[in-house]
Amino acid sequence: MATEAKVDPMHQFTIQPMFGTDQLELLGYNIAITNSTVWMAISAIALWVFVAGGMKRQLVPGRWQMAVESFTGLIDDMLEANIGKNGRKYVPYIFSLFMFILFGNVLGLLPLGVIGLHPFTFTSHFTVTGILAIISFGIVLIVGFAKHKLHFFSLFVPHGTPVPMIPIIFVVEMISFMVRPFSLGLRLFVAMMAGHVLLEVLSSFVIGSSNAGMQYFAIAGIPSFLLMVGICALEILVAGIQAYVFALLTSVYLNDAENLH
Amino acid sequence: MPQIEQLAATYSSQIFWLLLIFGLVFFVIGKGMVPKVMDTVSLRDKQISDDLAAAEAARNKADAEEAAWRERENANRAEAQALVAKAKAEAAASTEKKLAAAQTGIDAKLAEAEARIADARASAAAEIEEVASEAAADIVKRLAGIEVSAAEARPAVKEAM
Repeated sequence: MATEAKVDPMHQFTIQPMFGTDQLELLGYNIAITNSTVWMAISAIALWVFVAGGMKRQLVPGRWQMAVESFTGLIDDMLEANIGKNGRKYVPYIFSLFMFILFGNVLGLLPLGVIGLHPFTFTSHFTVTGILAIISFGIVLIVGFAKHKLHFFSLFVPHGTPVPMIPIIFVVEMISFMVRPFSLGLRLFVAMMAGHVLLEVLSSFVIGSSNAGMQYFAIAGIPSFLLMVGICALEILVAGIQAYVFALLTSVYLNDAENLH
Repeated sequence: MPQIEQLAATYSSQIFWLLLIFGLVFFVIGKGMVPKVMDTVSLRDKQISDDLAAAEAARNKADAEEAAWRERENANRAEAQALVAKAKAEAAASTEKKLAAAQTGIDAKLAEAEARIADARASAAAEIEEVASEAAADIVKRLAGIEVSAAEARPAVKEAM
């Protein structure tokens, strides 16, 4: 790398089969264990450890139990604020979704490159975020139609719409409704990918300018490095915010399904 | 962009493992562990509100008991005061009666004593007259050598006195 300072900012998103399982198949489909799979598993295990540490069920909670309880409380409050008392039954799903995405985002930011490991952010793949969005959207559809049957379509006609406008409004609302899973999935994928690309590009500036000479390093390398420090902090914030936004929008959509308008 | 370039080759593995791992997260953590954590929280909230309610009830009970005690105490005090007042009135009446009895006794004694004094004075005056008469008769006999009886001297003594 030092000889040819060519850093490909997209290389970090490459999926690589691991443990020689690249030909693993199920019903004719490839299910290789990849670096993406490994990081999903690491996130899941870290989440399990985190929640298990908060299961002491003490009357006066310790710090760890307090941390876990504040996360469940956050999700519980969010669902109650958006959906109402009916929202509590979605806590397991929204909590799993929020924490899984949060752990994936944050673990993908770990500076493990310094010890030779390659962190992989599975939430920077629209295959993953898309599936999560489709699951959320599917739950909205199932709940909506199970609860309101065909009345669910009244979601597309807001109250007080003049009768001649109903066909047009219906179509517009329908489109905005159908776009939801795409916006939900793409938002997370784009935010995560953009942050990682930006960090990689800036780091390539630092490496490239230091290879080109001291004066270039002083002009381009040091400001880039300082910017990287700030953007790292911003990325940690984005990791939390995007997980929260995903969970929040899912609960807002679930509110439509539970209560219509 | 590997996300698009590798899509055809990796989508099945990505979807399979995501569903498997997220499914495990949902069923083991979301369904298995989170409700217990939330139970703990609601149990604690319930205990706190129960304790608060118990404390409130205990305070109300204490207040009621204090009010009852106060009422009882006031009644007792009023009763005691009535008793004291009655005893005082009785004592005053009996003292007055005794005083009146004593007064009459004293008055009688006083009258008797006065009568006695008057008697004594009268008898003393008579005695003095007698003695003076005798003395006058004696003096006359000694000075003039005239025998005068006391009875004779008496009018003169009386006059002189």
